[in-house]
Amino acid sequence: MIKLQINGQERNWDGDPDLSLLWFLRDEAGLTGTKYGCGQALCGACTVIVDKQAVRACITSVSDVVGRQVTTIEGLHPTGDHAVQKAWRQLNVPQCGYCQVGQIMQAAALLIENPKPTHDQIREAMAGNICRCGCYQRIENAVHLASTGV
Amino acid sequence: MNIITNPKTLRGFERYVKVDNVSRRSILKGLGLAGGFVLAAPVMSRPALAAYKTGADKMPHGTVVDPRVFVAIAPDGIVTIVAHRAEMGTGVRTSLPMIVAEEMEADWSRVKVQQAHGDEAKFGNQDTDGSRSTRHYLMPMRQIGASARTMLEGAAAKRWGVPATEVKAVNHEVVHSASGRRIGFGDLAADAAKESVPSVEGLRLKDPKDFRYLGKGQISMVDLRDITVGTARYGADVRLPGMKYAVIARPPVTGGKVASFDGAAAMKVSGVEKVMEVKGWPWPSKFQPLGGVAVIARNTGAAIKGRDALTIVWDDGPNGKYESAAYRAELEEAARKPGLVVRKEGDVEAALKGADRVIVGEYYLPHLAHVAMEPPVAVADVKGDKAEIWAPVQSAGGTREDVAKTLGIPQENVTVNVTLLGGGFGRKSKCDYAIEAALLSKELGAPVKVQWTREDDVRNGFLHTVSVERIEAGLDKSGKVTAWRHRSVAPSIASTFAAGAKHQAPFELGMGLVDMPFEIANVQCENPEAAAHTRIGWFRAVSNIPRAFAVQSMAAEIAHATKRDQKDMLLELIGSPRILKLDSVKDLWNYGEPYESYPIDTARLRKVVELVADKGGWGRSVPKGHGLGIAAHRSFVSYIATIVEVAVDDKGKLTVPRVDTAIDCGTYVNPERIQSQIEGAAIMGMSLVKHGEITFKDGKVQQGNYDDFPVIRIDESPAVTNVYIVPPAPDTPPSGVGEPGVPPFAPALINAIFAATGKRIRTLPIGKQLEA
Repeated sequence: MIKLQINGQERNWDGDPDLSLLWFLRDEAGLTGTKYGCGQALCGACTVIVDKQAVRACITSVSDVVGRQVTTIEGLHPTGDHAVQKAWRQLNVPQCGYCQVGQIMQAAALLIENPKPTHDQIREAMAGNICRCGCYQRIENAVHLASTGV
Repeated sequence: MNIITNPKTLRGFERYVKVDNVSRRSILKGLGLAGGFVLAAPVMSRPALAAYKTGADKMPHGTVVDPRVFVAIAPDGIVTIVAHRAEMGTGVRTSLPMIVAEEMEADWSRVKVQQAHGDEAKFGNQDTDGSRSTRHYLMPMRQIGASARTMLEGAAAKRWGVPATEVKAVNHEVVHSASGRRIGFGDLAADAAKESVPSVEGLRLKDPKDFRYLGKGQISMVDLRDITVGTARYGADVRLPGMKYAVIARPPVTGGKVASFDGAAAMKVSGVEKVMEVKGWPWPSKFQPLGGVAVIARNTGAAIKGRDALTIVWDDGPNGKYESAAYRAELEEAARKPGLVVRKEGDVEAALKGADRVIVGEYYLPHLAHVAMEPPVAVADVKGDKAEIWAPVQSAGGTREDVAKTLGIPQENVTVNVTLLGGGFGRKSKCDYAIEAALLSKELGAPVKVQWTREDDVRNGFLHTVSVERIEAGLDKSGKVTAWRHRSVAPSIASTFAAGAKHQAPFELGMGLVDMPFEIANVQCENPEAAAHTRIGWFRAVSNIPRAFAVQSMAAEIAHATKRDQKDMLLELIGSPRILKLDSVKDLWNYGEPYESYPIDTARLRKVVELVADKGGWGRSVPKGHGLGIAAHRSFVSYIATIVEVAVDDKGKLTVPRVDTAIDCGTYVNPERIQSQIEGAAIMGMSLVKHGEITFKDGKVQQGNYDDFPVIRIDESPAVTNVYIVPPAPDTPPSGVGEPGVPPFAPALINAIFAATGKRIRTLPIGKQLEA
């Protein structure tokens, strides 16, 4: 039996210990905010925060996160009003929206590590997250806005 | 394949290809608006009133202008408005209900949007494709809103015993200003429902100067908050009790099938419950599934692991030798010989022979994959002769038809619930994944989710075609272009519907080939044959991408050859402000729109060029290694011009410091979403210029994921994209927005690269061409 800490709650898993965190979250825990996009850590749609770092859930197994705090979009902020979420809404960032949870989690992790990133640092930190709709200009501006106060 | 063609029942694109005719029964199943009070009244007459005509009523099932179908008012005043088109990021789920709210004077903060299930008899055409939603539904949605408003006003007037002309709906209530009385929409709902639906002819539409929402850009997408907190529901997020998770190993070669398989190792994977062969259809078969071997498991991860453990022997079939380099050579050979003439003015042969010089450009664009962030996925629950589907589909009505036909049950027995689409781009116009889920659910007797992996999406999709566009331009001594011959060779989307289709259909020829707007005395467009070897489908902007790339690159090539400014040359080629007469073109598509309302108007094309040149600082001096490029293109009956500034360093690495785009999309609804579509189009355009290429070897796609089919990431994206929307002249019909931004981007960037480096790129993607 594997015990996991997700959004401050304990979750148990008695299946394959190599199951990726992504499919555990989505299919077993019902936390569907975290998205599947590539399965190979190429697109960032499945980004969650483990302890204080952005992690791609698709290449992380459930056993990798034992004893660590996993935060998904559902646990990022109790009312959904994290500075990044607010900035995203203020600048109307999303188009289809599918990648945006991963983008938001990546941005939130960036701001933990670097509360005042420059535009170049934002571009660098967000480069692992693909948006096929092409919302990048707004993503960059929203991360900047979140870092300067919404 | 049983081929019966009845043009009246075909979808727009199918008019040009022979396909199975699906009988369309009349369905009037209720939407089941939760807690709502559906306006119920005698059936209204069909509308005739419209300031302009669109092709909406020629689409299957046309339009339905009926407030009882689209509007419900609850006693608490909450107005529910139905969105019957699919949301894939364009904002249509917000824009169309907003139009209704505007006309009915509803307060947007008290409006809820409900997504329609697939039922075209009830809602009208639902095929969210071709950048059609706003242009086909602006007027019908206004009429629906105005009808609802008139009914509310009528009910209030009766209650007060005053003439209806003395009352007026204002911001969610009806007011009688003479007496100062007012009553809220919620209190009027029951009475309003008893009012007869007014005839469309007599409706009073709001004066645009009184608009609160339309054209303002102040309303955010209705799904914005849900998206940012992770509760927005996409196809992949649907979960049903007892649902099984499936992935399918599909034939790697189009037209292939399973010869034999061994699922023993897969069955040993933890969580795997079943391995089974699934039915496939011979190619081509429209949107029917490819078949293969399915692995059913308790979660998607287990299903994928199980699939990896399968041993399958495939019978590749007739496309097993498809190879991209050889196929390109075939296309080039075809482009160098005469082909079917699809437009002819003057005598191009004689004019080319008599020209002072001839400039020849041959432009190649490979297959492209859509790679929407959400790969295809669908959930189905089939019980007996009933089926319920939850899926991110662009065409809910088409999905319902195809699922019903495949299962052999009446359409009334199929419910298609449309989730949000995690990107569409044309891929999700084809509902093969929903049919797969339905077939598996029927077989297993349980709800099933079929999840496509990214590799499935890249390798088993419906790709953008592959093309060679060859243009010969003849110039006289003064440098004036006197002859233009354009040969376009590409496998057609028609090949996905009917075996042996080798010519492009009118809807493809009409995307930048036969509608070429330059004022040249001798013009000939030809379409030599090309056979398909994989499934070809729509990709955002479709054939406009290679055509704009070729035509607008050639315009800049001529400018260079005659030592003129790109923009001046472009304007000279577009020529005088005029309405194009294309008498030699048989079956001019014009995006399905009547030519009287949507003619090819070179004045509008000139205007976007001039606007973007002005606002975008055309001719400004740029640093060394930088260059400016311009391109303009009409598509989806909108007019767009783009300027790209590029910087190419000494290692051939390119960056884009600035993009400027002007769009004339006629009367518009939501400028904020127009801006976002154009910003996104620049990214998609840049992706296909820089990276996009799907290649085949031994009949198989050689790419599989974002590593070998890269798309633009934020660190390569343009530093800034500026968007200028042309204010519409009064009564200009609305035109497309979702797609038209893509085509001019590639040639504008390519022309900028030439300006920066002197290197003329005629093969996309650029890949390593700038490194040499």
